[in-house]
Formats: sequence, C-alpha cells, structure tokens
Amino acid sequence: MSFREEHELHKRRFGRNLGLGLVLAGFVVLVFGLTIAKVANENFALPQTTQQKGD
Amino acid sequence: MSDASLNSASTTQPGEAGFGDFFALLKPRVMTLVVFTALVGLLAAPVAVHPVVGLAAILFIAVGGGASGALNMWWESDIDAIMKRTAGRPIPTGKVARDEAFAFGVTLAVFSVVMLWLATNALAAGLLAFTIFFYVVIYTIGLKRWTPQNIVIGGAAGAFPPMIGWAAATGTISIESVLMFALIFLWTPPHFWALALFMRGDYDKAGVPMLTVTHGRRATRVHILAYTVILSVMAVGAAFTQIGGPVYLAVALVFNALFLRDALAIWRRDEGQAEADDYRVEKRAFRLSLWYLFAHFTAILCEAALRGLGMAGWT
Repeated sequence: MSFREEHELHKRRFGRNLGLGLVLAGFVVLVFGLTIAKVANENFALPQTTQQKGD
Repeated sequence: MSDASLNSASTTQPGEAGFGDFFALLKPRVMTLVVFTALVGLLAAPVAVHPVVGLAAILFIAVGGGASGALNMWWESDIDAIMKRTAGRPIPTGKVARDEAFAFGVTLAVFSVVMLWLATNALAAGLLAFTIFFYVVIYTIGLKRWTPQNIVIGGAAGAFPPMIGWAAATGTISIESVLMFALIFLWTPPHFWALALFMRGDYDKAGVPMLTVTHGRRATRVHILAYTVILSVMAVGAAFTQIGGPVYLAVALVFNALFLRDALAIWRRDEGQAEADDYRVEKRAFRLSLWYLFAHFTAILCEAALRGLGMAGWT
C-alpha cells in the first residue's frame, strides 16, 4: 500500500495541469512557427531607423 | 475542505474542475462547424496563405468561437439546468462554477481576438470580436429570451466564421464571403426549427420563446418551408458566382432538392401525423440539414482546389 492514497481529486488536478501544460507548449510552438513564417515572408522588412550623423 | 466534499464525486469545489470540463465549456461540437466553415473561407480565398498562418488563424477563430460558447453557458446556466438536452453541461452539473466559466470565456475571447490580429489582420480580428459580441451580448443576453426570431439572430453569429476565414486570407469582405455567410444564416432557422419540432417540451419548460411555443407548431412548419425555399434559391444561385462551379452546382442541386422535399413534407404534415410516426420526417430533415451544410462547404472547397489546379469554375 502506498504511503498516500491517491484521491480522484488528485487525478483530476494532474489531468488539468497536464492538459494546460500541453496547451501552453503548443502555443509556444505556434508562436515560434508564426514568427518564422512572418520573417521568411518576402515582403517582410525591418522598421526604418534614422541614421545618425557620423555613422 | 471537509471530508464530505472531498468524497463527493458528483460535485466539484470551485477551482477543481478537470481539463475536460473546461474543454466542454467551449462547445466542441459547435466548434467543429466553426473550424470547418472558417477553413473553407480561408482556403476558398484567392490569396495564398502560409500554412502556419492559416493554421494559427483557424485555431484562434476556433478559440474565439469556444469563448462565445463558454460565455453562453455562463449566462444560460439557469435554463440549461432545466432542459434535458443541456442539463449535462459543466455548470448545471456543478463541475465548473459560473464565475470560473465567465473568467474563462472573457480571457479566451480577448486572447483569441488579439492573437488573430497579430497572426493575420485587423479586419479578421474585428470580425471575430464582433461575432463574439453579437453572439453573447445581442443574442444570448439580449434577444434569445425575448423574441421567437432568436434562432434567426443566433444564426447570424454562427454564419460569421467563413467570413472571418476569408478576411484572414484577403484582408477584405467580398461578395463571396457574404454568400458563404448567407448560406449558413439561411440554413440555421430550418435546421433548428426542425429540431424544436421533435424536441418538444424542452424549450417550453425553459421559457425560451421558440417559434413552436409562441406562434404554434403549424406556423413553425410554414417558416421551415419559407426559409428552405429562400435558402435553395440562394444556395443554387451561388453556383454561378466566383465560389461556385459545376461541382458545386451538382452538389447544390441534389441537396437542395432533398431539403426542399423534406421541408415540403414537414409543411404538409400536422401534429397528429408527426406524433404517429415519432417525428420521422422532422428527424430526417434535421439529419439531412447537417449533411446539407457539410456538402455545400465541401463543394466550395473542391471548387477552390480545382481553381488551384487551373481548372477554374465555369471557364
């Protein structure tokens, strides 16, 4: 017998935490993919910056 | 936490709902329709979209649709508890607290709109924001419990996803996206009124002024036929626009003929006949209506794919 019996509540919490973790990981991957897609776009241009004298 | 609450499996303490309970708040079945129609809107657009941007757009539109569902359940938890069809939802069963559902819905709504804006453009994000506002504030909170035309108004909210998909790709609203909107908008009333005819009793108990309750079942049958006729004209006519073509026309002719046949049968019947065969025709029309929408949007997708291969619509 284990030291602490697992309650149904703990299983539910674990399931929720795992689900949320996977959703967040997926979101990170999606934002990374979006960034790559946008930067790789041929129309992509960095914002114009003002050149300083002497540069 | 008391032992009694800890041992209770049927009710959940606030903050203890499972992942699946929150997912159920998003109305996953409605979300499949949102995803599918938005995807068709996005792919039917004459602009190539990067696959990752397209995937992100569909995902955020789906999350926005889910947020509307969660906010709808937050507001309607009182009548959901009364109706057989909705009594098993997370709030009436005590799995998710009302406040949690509200916070969840608002957070996802804001998140989805901002992310869709960043991923695509302001018009698509604005349309998504308007759709959520329209469904939650105008339909759910405002008009659903006040007018028997609630289904027509709710149908407008459900009709926006292909328009948002199209806007995500093109950054514009055009006649094609308005046609896709019209297809769902006109399809919704006969679809839901057929359901209301054979799910009798549920809406009466909840006090929702469904057409079946306020104007009677005869008037509902007339309305189903009228909307189906208008829908058929529009759906077949769309075959001769930019989103249509021979494949779409063939599909539209078959499914509109079938839907009109069922709508006519519903109109001809009275309650005695319907009760005698346990609403066989009404149930058949409801099932057909699901295939009807799926078939039309699949045909639009086929036409878009054929155009992509250089086999354009009617030319």
